Amino acid sequence: MKKTYKVEVDCASCANLMEETAKKINGIKEVTINFLTQKMEVDFDDNKDEKEQKKIIKEVLKACKKVEEDFEIYL
Amino acid sequence: MNKKQKTMLIRIVITSIFLASLSLINFENNILRFCLYMALYLIIGYDIIKKSLHGIINFRPFDENLLMMTATLGAIGLGLYNETKGQQGDFNEAIAVMLFYQVGEFFQKLAINKSRKNIASLMDIRPDYANIEKDNEIIKVDPSNLEIGSIIIVAPGEKIPIDGIIIEGNSSLNESALTGESKPRTIKKDDEVYSGSINLNGLIKIKTIKSFGESTASKIIELVENASNKKSKSENFISKFAKIYTPIVVFCALALVIIPPLFIKIILHNDVNFSQWIYRALTFLVISCPCALIISIPLSFFSGIGCASSKGILIKGSNYIENLSKLTSVVFDKTGTLTKGVFELVAIHHNKIDENKLLEYVLLAESASSHPIAISIRNFYKKELNKLRISNIEEISGQGVIAKIDELEVIVGNEQLMKNHNIEPILCHSVGTIVHIAINGEYMGHIVISDVIKEQSYKAIENLKKLNIKNIIMLTGDIEKVAKNVADELKIDKYYSNLLPNQKIEKIESLMEDKTENKTKNKKNILAFVGDGINDAPSISRADIGIAMGSIGTDAALEAADVVLMDDNPIKVATAVEISKKCLKIVKENIIFAIGIKLICLILGAIGIANMWLAIFADVGVMILCIINSFRVLLFKSRFN
Repeated sequence: MKKTYKVEVDCASCANLMEETAKKINGIKEVTINFLTQKMEVDFDDNKDEKEQKKIIKEVLKACKKVEEDFEIYL
Repeated sequence: MNKKQKTMLIRIVITSIFLASLSLINFENNILRFCLYMALYLIIGYDIIKKSLHGIINFRPFDENLLMMTATLGAIGLGLYNETKGQQGDFNEAIAVMLFYQVGEFFQKLAINKSRKNIASLMDIRPDYANIEKDNEIIKVDPSNLEIGSIIIVAPGEKIPIDGIIIEGNSSLNESALTGESKPRTIKKDDEVYSGSINLNGLIKIKTIKSFGESTASKIIELVENASNKKSKSENFISKFAKIYTPIVVFCALALVIIPPLFIKIILHNDVNFSQWIYRALTFLVISCPCALIISIPLSFFSGIGCASSKGILIKGSNYIENLSKLTSVVFDKTGTLTKGVFELVAIHHNKIDENKLLEYVLLAESASSHPIAISIRNFYKKELNKLRISNIEEISGQGVIAKIDELEVIVGNEQLMKNHNIEPILCHSVGTIVHIAINGEYMGHIVISDVIKEQSYKAIENLKKLNIKNIIMLTGDIEKVAKNVADELKIDKYYSNLLPNQKIEKIESLMEDKTENKTKNKKNILAFVGDGINDAPSISRADIGIAMGSIGTDAALEAADVVLMDDNPIKVATAVEISKKCLKIVKENIIFAIGIKLICLILGAIGIANMWLAIFADVGVMILCIINSFRVLLFKSRFN
């Protein structure tokens, strides 16, 4: 189950780092953070419903903020 | 420019002015001088310091901000150390380094924003609104709220927001944003139109057949935007390189502080100027950020994808650009790709029943098939027939159709199909596709139909040859005679005829394994298959690069292919290869340039020739030059026109 989110990410190398951090979060198969298009594509595990996905995204945001404080996900 | 950038600009200007004036003033009081410099340092670098602390808290020792702060604070420290020895310390450098770093970041952000906008405008086909009629008034609404089957009105000059069918009005459309073709298309009632095209002259009413999100324009934008998510080998190389580059440089810096001074002290028994070696190590830290590479490589690919899409070529990932640039073989499907796929009736031979009667049976038998031959037969024989006469149709892939019509068993297809049913067909001497007909096991004759080569096909093959693609191959389910005729005409060296759909896939697989041609050069054989996207979907997904053409409005093709040509012009295959080659050339330039300059600076820094000023210029300057260089992809011009 893939979903795309608009994000704000300020530096290109942070985007790579954040991808790696986010991938480690439970319930996520794959994450790509695209610095150029300012978009994040998250591939959730198939059994996650809307509510769980929201929870996961919150975790992603928290983890990524550790890499770059200015990181933001627009829902 | 957003708010963040404006504040940054103000900080840059203030720091530049005060830095210049401070160095002109002759201070009596050294403490006041130091305080003023530190104030300036905070103005220009407070966000870096904040981010570095954030990095320390989260255990990221190789954070670029942290390294920058270490380098500049180190330089200030050296200045203070000099003050203790009675000299006036140099604080200019630390602030200048910070200043240039910020200027670099500032320009980088501007440049990236600019390129994002440029590329977005190449793909600017997203319609913002739709007109609907309500209470005799035309109102503008958000197209994403419209249901399928809504009636929308498009005035001249407006974009069509949603795919649909014209129910009223005549006009012509500019579809160049979708297909790259600038010639307008004339449209009338009952024609299908696609979102993203621009209505040129008449007012038209459209009944929508898709939702906004499923419409052509939205699909294309989504596809192109996601394309840069698929990373190429060069990008993966760069992220790996970036990961080890920073730690290596930092450890080198550490080594530089420890090893040479110890060597001088213990082995050579000379006095060591420690501050000199610390300074050199700090210079290393300034060059330790691989930003130029991390930004410019994806940006080059992104520009390549944007540039291609403005020419009606959708490339679905950076990895495909890389593969296209190294392409060694192109396999074309014949029907509908190199030829128009529109067959004309050339002759009817050996018919035992009335000509019209015979055609009628063919038409009925082929009435349900989506094969190009069937479609053409339906097109040139435009009579409405009673389909209730058909009681059963069985399509035999790659051979033909067996149908029950008027309680008669009608077999329509190629030689093989006839032989499989123990019917001896009469062979034909004309060049063309032969469709044999048998009724109730008795041979009734055959019709000869023939396909026309597209005018652009000649140039398509010629251009590919000029681009050094050695193997150009044609596959077809058609008979040998027709295949040879087309291949000779187009100067294609290799062709395989009489292939069933599954044999086409097998052929592609064996061609992909065939490395003998390139063994001498030890290069990988990369094969592209070009087909129409509907009948050839399996072959398209099997090849290294699947190219679908004429795909406007067909979702299946958009899904299966790696590269989608929006119109059906085979020349675009060569254009896609050209753009990819240019893109990869720029990527290589950037990699060599960025790594090269950094290496030189590191060496010069280690032996004490390069100071921190040069280091920061190398760092920031290289990044900006690489970004500008990657824009050059957008200036692409084909060498063939």
